[in-house]
Amino acid sequence: MADVILKNVQKSFGRAKVIHGVDLDIRDGEFVVFVGPSGCGKSTLLRLIAGLEDITGGDLFIGGERVNDLAPAKRGIAMVFQSYALYPHMNVYDNMAFGLELAKSSKADIDAKVREAARLLQIEPLLERKPRQLSGGQRQRVAIGRAIVRDPKVFLFDEPLSNLDAALRVQTRIEIAKLHTDTRATMIYVTHDQVEAMTLADRIVVLHAGRIEQVGTPLELYHRPANLFVAGFIGSPQMNFIECTVAGVGPGEVLVSLPGGGTLAVPVQPDGVQAGEAVTLGIRPDHVRISADGALTGRVELVEELGENHLLYVDAGQGRRLTVREPGDARHEAGSTVSLDLAREFCHLFRGTGEALRSRTNATSPTSPDLASSAA
Amino acid sequence: MKVLTRIGFWLLVAAVGLFALFPFYYAVVSSFRSGAELFSVAYLPERLDLSNYVAVFDRQPFGQNILNSVIVAATVVALSLALGITAAYAFGRIAFRGRALLLMTILAVSMFPQVAVLSGMFELIRSFGLYNTLPGLILANLMLTLPFTIWVLTTFMRELPKEIEEAAFVDGATPWIVVRRVFLPLMAPAAVTTGLLAFIVSWNEFLFALTFTLTNERRTVPPAIALMTGSSAYELPWGTIMAASVIVTLPIIALVLVFQRKIVAGLTAGAVKG
Amino acid sequence: MTSAVAQADVPVPHQARGRRSSLTRSRLRSAWLFIAPSLIILAFIAGWPLARTIWFSFTDADLNNLNDYEFIGFENYLANYDGEWLGLLTDPDWWHSVWNTVWFTAVSVSIETVLGIVVALILNAAFPGRGIMRAIILIPWAIPTVVSAKMWNWMLHDQFGVINDMLLRLGLIAAPITWTANPDTALWTVVMVDVWKTTPFMALLILAALQMLPGDIYEAAKVDGIHPVRVFFRVTLPLIRPALIVAIVFRALDALRVFDLIYVLTANSRDTMSMSVYARQQLVDFQEVGVGSAASTLIFLIIALLIVVTLAAGRVRLGEDPR
Repeated sequence: MADVILKNVQKSFGRAKVIHGVDLDIRDGEFVVFVGPSGCGKSTLLRLIAGLEDITGGDLFIGGERVNDLAPAKRGIAMVFQSYALYPHMNVYDNMAFGLELAKSSKADIDAKVREAARLLQIEPLLERKPRQLSGGQRQRVAIGRAIVRDPKVFLFDEPLSNLDAALRVQTRIEIAKLHTDTRATMIYVTHDQVEAMTLADRIVVLHAGRIEQVGTPLELYHRPANLFVAGFIGSPQMNFIECTVAGVGPGEVLVSLPGGGTLAVPVQPDGVQAGEAVTLGIRPDHVRISADGALTGRVELVEELGENHLLYVDAGQGRRLTVREPGDARHEAGSTVSLDLAREFCHLFRGTGEALRSRTNATSPTSPDLASSAA
Repeated sequence: MKVLTRIGFWLLVAAVGLFALFPFYYAVVSSFRSGAELFSVAYLPERLDLSNYVAVFDRQPFGQNILNSVIVAATVVALSLALGITAAYAFGRIAFRGRALLLMTILAVSMFPQVAVLSGMFELIRSFGLYNTLPGLILANLMLTLPFTIWVLTTFMRELPKEIEEAAFVDGATPWIVVRRVFLPLMAPAAVTTGLLAFIVSWNEFLFALTFTLTNERRTVPPAIALMTGSSAYELPWGTIMAASVIVTLPIIALVLVFQRKIVAGLTAGAVKG
Repeated sequence: MTSAVAQADVPVPHQARGRRSSLTRSRLRSAWLFIAPSLIILAFIAGWPLARTIWFSFTDADLNNLNDYEFIGFENYLANYDGEWLGLLTDPDWWHSVWNTVWFTAVSVSIETVLGIVVALILNAAFPGRGIMRAIILIPWAIPTVVSAKMWNWMLHDQFGVINDMLLRLGLIAAPITWTANPDTALWTVVMVDVWKTTPFMALLILAALQMLPGDIYEAAKVDGIHPVRVFFRVTLPLIRPALIVAIVFRALDALRVFDLIYVLTANSRDTMSMSVYARQQLVDFQEVGVGSAASTLIFLIIALLIVVTLAAGRVRLGEDPR
């Protein structure tokens, strides 16, 4: 078991800098997920930790030891690849035994470990098969099994579920979570799927353009995004953003004037915000309510029925489109005019730099239904 | 109209097939005729006279020639593949400085005119005492097969997934183990293809074999056939030559029929993808 | 690996140190280790002999005694004795062989390209027995050149040859033709045999290119009712052009060094002698290592120039990212 510490880790390919000094402290036994849009450097960061790419600058520590110069096999890691990367010419048993064999383990030891992993993953009947005789889900298990037998201090997963179909993805996700519970090993997991990130992670690392945007628990990221990027990236449907100007500042709240003419007192720490400053107000679709006399009015453009809830896409004028999620069946049709109320305690304010103003209410809303529905 | 097109198409196919096969067919027919029979043209085989086939082995060391060819070709293939696969791993998968230049040089060597090295090679072979020996021919033929073996294997190597290699590194493999335990088995089909091409090149090689051997016992098949003479200097033993031609062509035809797909894959990997 | 254990609180000088991990270093090291044997052998059996050949071309070496020679500068190429120009560049036989080779290359590669396209189009059509047909056309390519030359020699025999017999029976000729001995027909005969032997190579390379073309453009052309001949010239040909050029270049480089075929088919006849045959004749038959090496060097330079032009033209892309 080991912690993983990154200190100002940088990576360049030729002149192109893809990782700009990442500092990260992954605790022993923690399940950390790297998310971000494609090209954000999340896979590169994982490969740096694995030792498959050279670190251009900074230091990487695994279990207290600086491993910048160590070969992958000496870092105490195991990796599960997106394409599984099983050895096509070896059967399942040999695929799992290969690493141990290279490490010169005894035959009995290898056998015990392989069979234990096979039992754990329920692939015992497949041990004699070649990878091409296996289904995608079975290959994935073998790939995980190959990682398990190495008994690594840190498991690395590179988008391991992206080649599986939806049903299998959910099932395997649950198994990986169980594996973490069972082994309590440190795990680092790369994905572009925020549902995987939200459900698996102890902490999520949001990456964007080679930089860390925010590190936190899934709910921290959801409820208190540190900036505009994280707010827009986490949560589905995406958070609504409305450009406004600061009308006034009070103790523990910021008064903003909405485009429609109304004002709203948002309960956040002003932190030096001046009246007249342009800010972005963010609010999740669940917290926009249709009411008789809301702060904004708009025309319903499109209705999407999802069964348990429905989405309204509302044109609030000047090309501003707001998404509203309401429970049950829709009671409005496309073309009708509605009035929208913004639940001010759920509003976020972002300054021109994208940085969020800290929320006054530190609590995550216990009654919020949104997490359950967004993870579905 | 449609029927006419059909008939035209099949006539074309038949013409191409006939053009390709007729010389070999005619060689077979001629090889079964001897003496004065050869002075008249026959389009169909009349009887199975094997006297030419006996004569090939009787009048000269043709069995030895075949054995020489097999030894040279087999050794050349083995050496080319052994050297080629390790080099192809380096060229195909490792971004080292100077790789492009080296690879380009090797490709250029594979296009070398053989005659350009003839006098230098002659000197080399003689100074090592390898003139008129099989090792001398092996060395010379390696110049023909090694560059394109490296080249073709490199193109195949590039197609193997990167992640398999990385998985092996995570498992603790050294580059050498990756080549031996992971890529060698995966490259087996490509190695068969490349090996076949190298075998055919060596089996057919003529200029070096003609220049670097002196006695009939040391010749490989091509110079042996080219220099076959009859009882008198003016009369060529056509029946015997045809029999010899059929004998050495049959294994090649068998290889082609069995490995047709692999050979085509190798040819196109070397040229089109280059 | 030496600095593997560094304390977290000790400041590590970042930029000064080598940035290569042990994996990269071991891969780079093994890259050179893996190519070293091949490079050494190639330097030994290709580079060194080539260098020696070029060196010999500036000497008066003799095949029987390769150790005793003198440096004579460019005299093998061109020399002036009492106002008379001598040397390779003044030898009409050399220029004849150059002309033969160029003519042979141009004519045979042209014919092979056209026929190769036809055969490739045939093989690209779906018909029963296509696989067998593909194997059949490979046979001429795989037969040793010496053997095919001998087979054709026999078929082209002036008295007992089947070709003359056929043409006489069909009434196309009145008297047997001495195909390989007659200066008018000899080089054409060489071209014909070369076409027979190497068209399959062309056809298979073109076929590979044809099979990479997307099928839907043909369906689209069919829907639009475009005549197949037009489709071929307007769609197929432009699309396979890169592959075609590569195939032509490969074939041309091969044809320029032709030796076996001409040597066996027509012996050292002046009418058909190629550059390679000329060089070997000087070198082995006349034992004139100096002149022979000079001819070899010129052949090398001609082909090297073509290779460089080809590579520079960017048709052959090298050293791209191996991943």
